[in-house]
Amino acid sequence: MRRLLRAIVALLVGTRAVRGAARGEQPEQTEADPRRREIVSTPRRELVLAVLLLAAAAFAIAFVVLILGGDPVQWEAVTLGGAFACLAAALGYAGLKVVPQETEVEERPQLEGPEAEEQLRRTLAAGGDGVSRRRLLTVAGLTAGGSLAAALAVPAISLGPAVGEAPFRSPWRRGRALVDEHGEPISADDVVEGSHLTAFPADADPRELGSPVALVRVAPDTLRLPPERRDWAPEGLLAYSKICTHAGCAVSLYRYPLSEDTTGEPPALACPCHYSMFAVREGARVIGGPAGRPLPQLPLEIAADRTLRAAGPLSGAVGPAWWGVRRT
Amino acid sequence: MIARWAPALVCAAAAAVLWASPGAPAQEGAPLAGDGASLYRQSCSSCHGSDLRGVPGKGPPLRGVGALSADFYLSTGRMPLAHPDDEPVRNPPAFEAPQRRALVDYIASFGGPPVPHVDPGAGSIAQGQRLFADRCSGCHQVVGRGGIVPPSGVAPALRHASATQVAQAIRIGPYTMPRFNAAELDDREVASIARYVASTRDPADRGGWGIGNLGPVPEGMVAWLLAGVALLLVVRGLGERGR
Amino acid sequence: MSQDSGRDPIAFVDQRLGAAATTRKALRYVFPDHWSFQLGEIALYSFVVLLATGVYLSLFFESSLSRTVYDGGYAPLAGTEVSRAYASAVRLSFDVPAGLLIRQTHHWAALVFVVAIVMHLMRIFFTGAFRKPRELNWMIGLTMLGLALVEGFAGYSLPDDLLSGMGLAIAQAVAMSIPLIGGDVTYALWGGEFPGSPEFHSRLFITHVLLLPGALAVLIALHLALVVRQRHTQFPGPGRTERNDVGSPMWPGYALRSLSLLAAVCAVLFLLGGLVQINPIWQWGPYEIWEGTNGAQPDWYLGWLIGALRLMPNWEPHVAGYTLVPNPFWGGALFPAGLFGLLYAWPLIEQRLITRDTSRHELLDRPRDNPVRTAAGVAILTLVVLVFGFGSSDRALVTAGFAYSLQLTVTRVAVFVLPPVAFLVALRVCRELRDRDAHPLREWDGGYVRRRPDGGFEVVPEPPRSSAPPPR
Repeated sequence: MRRLLRAIVALLVGTRAVRGAARGEQPEQTEADPRRREIVSTPRRELVLAVLLLAAAAFAIAFVVLILGGDPVQWEAVTLGGAFACLAAALGYAGLKVVPQETEVEERPQLEGPEAEEQLRRTLAAGGDGVSRRRLLTVAGLTAGGSLAAALAVPAISLGPAVGEAPFRSPWRRGRALVDEHGEPISADDVVEGSHLTAFPADADPRELGSPVALVRVAPDTLRLPPERRDWAPEGLLAYSKICTHAGCAVSLYRYPLSEDTTGEPPALACPCHYSMFAVREGARVIGGPAGRPLPQLPLEIAADRTLRAAGPLSGAVGPAWWGVRRT
Repeated sequence: MIARWAPALVCAAAAAVLWASPGAPAQEGAPLAGDGASLYRQSCSSCHGSDLRGVPGKGPPLRGVGALSADFYLSTGRMPLAHPDDEPVRNPPAFEAPQRRALVDYIASFGGPPVPHVDPGAGSIAQGQRLFADRCSGCHQVVGRGGIVPPSGVAPALRHASATQVAQAIRIGPYTMPRFNAAELDDREVASIARYVASTRDPADRGGWGIGNLGPVPEGMVAWLLAGVALLLVVRGLGERGR
Repeated sequence: MSQDSGRDPIAFVDQRLGAAATTRKALRYVFPDHWSFQLGEIALYSFVVLLATGVYLSLFFESSLSRTVYDGGYAPLAGTEVSRAYASAVRLSFDVPAGLLIRQTHHWAALVFVVAIVMHLMRIFFTGAFRKPRELNWMIGLTMLGLALVEGFAGYSLPDDLLSGMGLAIAQAVAMSIPLIGGDVTYALWGGEFPGSPEFHSRLFITHVLLLPGALAVLIALHLALVVRQRHTQFPGPGRTERNDVGSPMWPGYALRSLSLLAAVCAVLFLLGGLVQINPIWQWGPYEIWEGTNGAQPDWYLGWLIGALRLMPNWEPHVAGYTLVPNPFWGGALFPAGLFGLLYAWPLIEQRLITRDTSRHELLDRPRDNPVRTAAGVAILTLVVLVFGFGSSDRALVTAGFAYSLQLTVTRVAVFVLPPVAFLVALRVCRELRDRDAHPLREWDGGYVRRRPDGGFEVVPEPPRSSAPPPR
């Protein structure tokens, strides 16, 4: 109560002495010796400590019972966490209220020793007494060390192949059929305007990076493909690699406006990772986001039985760009 | 001469002005009464045309969309839309159920698919998860919490979507959502997706509080604001002799 | 002569190791005991929990990408083809007793580990504890932070779920974007094109359970050894000088309090581990390269990188059809390398350019005592938090009505405007606090007001003696 009054008076009047008195210190201490040792334990405090420790034990036993009996995750956490919490309280209480509270002073170690440094230099140098051709030995030593280090690093080349033309390799060839995730051929009539499917090359590994393509259909009179790709989109069907050319996520968003004149945005594939957007009518040109290259396009043809087939390989490298590697 | 016709001209002008302005939402003023045709005329025709052939720059045609579309947009409150450029979002429905039925019947009378009948129990939840993860999670997030559709759209969370509305949305492709016909996603697959979506309302949060099932962002907030703050308080208590 | 050493453990040990004197010295070792000096310990004890829970997990986790069909109890995955790694992680979560508790505790411990390191780093930075002779320890600490980020990423990528698989794709793209060596290093690490050869998962696993924890353990030991050798720094105060160390001896007070902190860290982590769900991989589903989910985020400590990757415009300079700089390089490699480089070099920058002070410091600065350093730290933090916030709050802001494109534009401007503003504001605040010599929270610093005899009040420089109660 007295402390509270002092604090209020201090606030109103602002006397340093009052603040100091409220903290229980001598006012205006200078160069006081901070060493202290106080015995603080009382039988009551020791009892509290014992209770905390026993509570920790009780929680721990409850945890064991739970584990042996069943598996309710939340109760396991409460019991095990409770045991640790009681132990933390016990140890903290012991450290603050039971064992002697001490403040000690220690001298810091002298880190520098100019004499010792000099001696060290001389000892090191003495190891080369009588050695005259230092330059030759240094060069030879460095050559040996460098060559050995390089030799030890060389087996690392067996970890994987060099990049080469790998980004351009994919299972897509002229005539390869497009299938769904169950291996069923995809018919041109399965895809309506506004649809969005994932397709794979028949008889190939779907988990190869070049395999998955996003298959969409737009109105043929809205296509804006470059002239050399005029025949790549029969009936407005378009296929693009589904691996984003920014950082390799699957381009799994598709935006197809139901009412284009009020929505204002053209149909676009988009990537959920960093929101790159690719305009599907324009050869997956990048219209937003950080991707630096359009998605490679797969030329399509419709077979006689209306199933879809690739009319050639993908138009560019699959996935993110590589330093120093061709882009198209 | 003009003075005799003036009142009629004024009335005609007023009627034209009222005709051209967007229909007021049904919540304002007295509830709209009347059959489907008059409800349509009052609330929808300014954007969708009095003949349901659409108005360029305002609304698409409604001929042939059928009860499937009309019921979806009205039961989710996406229509009527205040401004044609807005993204239609879920709202409390603007019309009471009888009025909705009337409107739906009116629009359906111009042709189009009926309201689908979906039985989620007939679907497989595992198949639903596979289909959803492949076709839907890119926009709606893998447990249906929704997300951004760049540059300025939103794919909604699916918490309130009924099985019928899921099926309707799949067939319509509202706003910028893609659409899937029966050849791509047959009725059983749609039922499976509906079943999966229903399960995401209350996902298996075996590990405790799900913090929204949104992933690492709420988890990081818990790490800082729960664990970080708690441990800061602990060291405050332990340090400086607890002063 | 020595007594029967069988009965006396101290004599037993001392007669064999001669360790009594050293042990006594160690027990009386003095720790300055400001509360903020224990932040590093929170990280240390989180690491202990990581090791213990990690060992348990490694007894059950199958590190293999071979395909299998899930046949456990979680219905939405029934009959789905998944990798063995994913199936074993789901099995651990559903069928192993205490499996989910340990798995979630392990993941929470990883998040809290980095939280503690960052808090500790901020304390070290803003109090100038990295100054001579502690520059080396600062760099060791920064290295541990970098390793902790990689270690955490490797750990949560092991279960091969949808969320972490997308993260691995991005990591590979960033690795590929490094000039000169990126392509071949990436191919070497992954064993080929993404998603990599089957050996990639083994490499990830051994990195996560052996290589990086081993490196971290060595660095932690070095870090602590240096602290013991150089003694801990301390704040200025009564009796505290540059040549001494004032605090609690290790035994009994400090040891008990430190063990209490260990128990408290365990308590917090285990409570989170069962009460708050983290990384529910069964909900994300298995990873396939053609699948993606909206709202995919990395764990919090990598959130600054996803923000940077999204912020960058689509610059991808190329020459004659060959890519010079793939776009992920800017946000994914250059930004973090630049930031870490700045932090590594900071002791040198400060010595040479800001304080021109190369003397040894054992007493800490309050943040206000070096306004330029504090302001620079605030500016760096502002930049990182801004980038981080952009990368993680897209959903929340869109719900509040701010379109993503608007967020992008505003943030692109803010990263140039806000850090300098923060610098100037912090500089000003520090200088004012230092000049007024007031504790901003504890001490009230105002004027002294005295009532004049003729009524009315006046402000006086000295406290009025008559109205103060006598000191105790």
